[in-house]
Amino acid sequence: MDFLNGLVALSNFVLIPAIAYGSQLALGALGVTLIYGILRFSNFAHGDTMAFGAMLSVLVTWWLQGMGVNLGPLPTALLALPLAVFGTMVLVLITDRMVYRFYREQKAKPVILVIVSMGVMFILNGLVRFIIGPNDQKFADGERFIISVREFKQMTGLREGLAIKTSQGITVVVAVLCVIALFWFLNRTRTGKSMRAYSDNEDLALLSGINPERVVMYTWLIVAALATIAGTLYGLDKSFKPFVYFMLLLPIFASAILGGLGNPLGAIAGGFIIAFSEVTITYAWKKVLGYWLPESLAPDGLVQLLSTDYKFAVSFVILIAVLLFKPTGIFKGKSV
Amino acid sequence: MSDMMRKSLLFGAMALLIIGEGVFVSWNSALFILNFGLISAILALGVNLQWGFAGLFNVGIMGFVALGGLGVVLASMPPVGEAWSAGGARVIAGLLVGAASVVAAVFTYKRLAGRARILGTIGVLLVGFFVYRGVFDPAVQAIEAVNPAGTGYLGGLGLPVLLAWPIGGVLAAGAAWLVGKTALGLRSDYLAIATLGIAEIIIAVMKNEDWLARGVKNVVGLPRPMPYEIDLQQSERFAGVAQSLGIDPVTASTLYVKLGYSVLFTAVLVLIFAAAQLALHSPWGRMMRAIRDNEVAAEAMGKDVTRRHLQIFVLGSAVCGIAGAMMTTLDGQLTPGSYQPLRYTFLIWVMVIVGGSGNNLGAVLGGFLIFYLYTKVEVWGPDIMAFVTAGMADDNALKIHLIDSAAHMKLLSMGVILLLVLRFSPRGLIPEK
Repeated sequence: MDFLNGLVALSNFVLIPAIAYGSQLALGALGVTLIYGILRFSNFAHGDTMAFGAMLSVLVTWWLQGMGVNLGPLPTALLALPLAVFGTMVLVLITDRMVYRFYREQKAKPVILVIVSMGVMFILNGLVRFIIGPNDQKFADGERFIISVREFKQMTGLREGLAIKTSQGITVVVAVLCVIALFWFLNRTRTGKSMRAYSDNEDLALLSGINPERVVMYTWLIVAALATIAGTLYGLDKSFKPFVYFMLLLPIFASAILGGLGNPLGAIAGGFIIAFSEVTITYAWKKVLGYWLPESLAPDGLVQLLSTDYKFAVSFVILIAVLLFKPTGIFKGKSV
Repeated sequence: MSDMMRKSLLFGAMALLIIGEGVFVSWNSALFILNFGLISAILALGVNLQWGFAGLFNVGIMGFVALGGLGVVLASMPPVGEAWSAGGARVIAGLLVGAASVVAAVFTYKRLAGRARILGTIGVLLVGFFVYRGVFDPAVQAIEAVNPAGTGYLGGLGLPVLLAWPIGGVLAAGAAWLVGKTALGLRSDYLAIATLGIAEIIIAVMKNEDWLARGVKNVVGLPRPMPYEIDLQQSERFAGVAQSLGIDPVTASTLYVKLGYSVLFTAVLVLIFAAAQLALHSPWGRMMRAIRDNEVAAEAMGKDVTRRHLQIFVLGSAVCGIAGAMMTTLDGQLTPGSYQPLRYTFLIWVMVIVGGSGNNLGAVLGGFLIFYLYTKVEVWGPDIMAFVTAGMADDNALKIHLIDSAAHMKLLSMGVILLLVLRFSPRGLIPEK
């Protein structure tokens, strides 16, 4: 029984949050990795693109709520998502047309594009703060829990409770759907294949008649959708705060590099590895170990390896280790 | 000669802007812009060293600035004797254990091979980590328990505050060496991401390690190189001089202190500028630019590219550290919560790019100009909004929202300036020759 109690505590505090967080990171890292693979630069504006998309979701959600539309037990934000994705798509296409395309035609060095993306980051950040303000915004509604602690205890009779938030369930389901759709698109459709070809070898792809502008446009559209979905899910799960998305940049980049920049599969794996490391290292293990170890060995302290304030240090250390020992990442991305 | 003309015109215009601020707003505000402009110019020089000379993309400037600030606390605050006796030796022992386990791990990694290597290294690190926490944690608790409302930290060395500036630079240089050692030599984006990470971690450490510099409780009342305004106002002689100049003593004292800082900062700026200028025109500077323009060719000529990059990365970060220390001295307090990447990293980049990367004069001009705009846009924003929305009713929700959010315009406008300069004048206001 103690073992089961320990397992439930572990799932409640580590596994479930880490899976949800990992899905959000994976969606974010997919966006970064796609930009890297096709447009060949690290997009520093990605965090703020997520913030912009999430902001649109929040606004549309409020509008829907104001009209009395809701999804019953599910959050209204799901209904708002398509509109928000569309809005973000328009935004990234405008930035590409007005900003990035010029440098692409010039064949500018990647680092120039990174600096340009920094300018875009400033603008998006200012725009989001301008429209919705720098404060916390709550927009989750519907049922809060799929299973709450009390229900779980009544169901199983265990001492430890297990809670699954609706937002966590939705995050995982939506993320899985997105990933399936993305891989179907990349592997089965003509456009997807041309994107992969372009990413593998630009010259060869151009020779075989692939229109680069079309490839770039589709990439931005997909990235906009992924960023909006990732941003909205993160906002639903925690709360929407513009500045947080900028802070997410580090774990997202760490995920993408760990998996191998330019490799979508790697981005997903990287996202989950980073999320699990962050949560396990900053979790206080006292409770779980108390169940699992014999009484005499039960720990006195919290058994927390690092305080939660240092969770960024975890992604950073992983990032440094990858850079030192395997710069191409687990799944052999690009490193040039 | 037209080049000379252009530079003089640009700097003259900048001086006019600051003087205009003095005449039309207040001299206090003008000196505020001048002082922060001087610090920004030094920061921009540091970044220009890395980016303009060597093409290194550092987005961790905030971290080095913050380390400079930490340097001021560690060097100039008086030591807290009680805290040292409570756990000073033990904290140092803990840090040594930590460092020793990292060294031991590196050693294990180099000596072993195959699977034993990975397991051995991880094992050494794990054991080292727990020993470190075992030694370190009790000491931290003991130190933080000493008068937590007033001190609760180890204090500093009690050195004169001017010495704290180079110490801040040394701290930043040390951190830069660690980052550079790992991330240089890989592709340019990786350095960017690694520096982005190290900056966040430095801030996290400064916020959470209360034994070091009181964390978010802030260290206030740092020693300053200038007298306090209150003392000046009470001094008979100062009041007399102020009276004879026709300024009221309170304003005169603030102006006197600010002017004093301006003189000090100008001296530092001139020193660093002269050094950077000499470096740029020395054989070393030529080699750096050769490496920047074509790494492969430089390497073929026998230049050790990674080593040179490390060298200039450390130098540039040290300059940022010095500027950070100066900024903390000017503020008179260390507030780790106030370090924001947009303000302390990305804004400096706008300065360098707008001023002209690769040109020291350009970096200085960019520092002044962008800081001026950054401060003024916040002031102008609401006015502009009020003008734009003048036609709307006063209780119009949109109008209220627009005016309230106008302060956020400054980020937006900095982004627009950066993109416009990059697009239409990529070499900046004063281009590299």
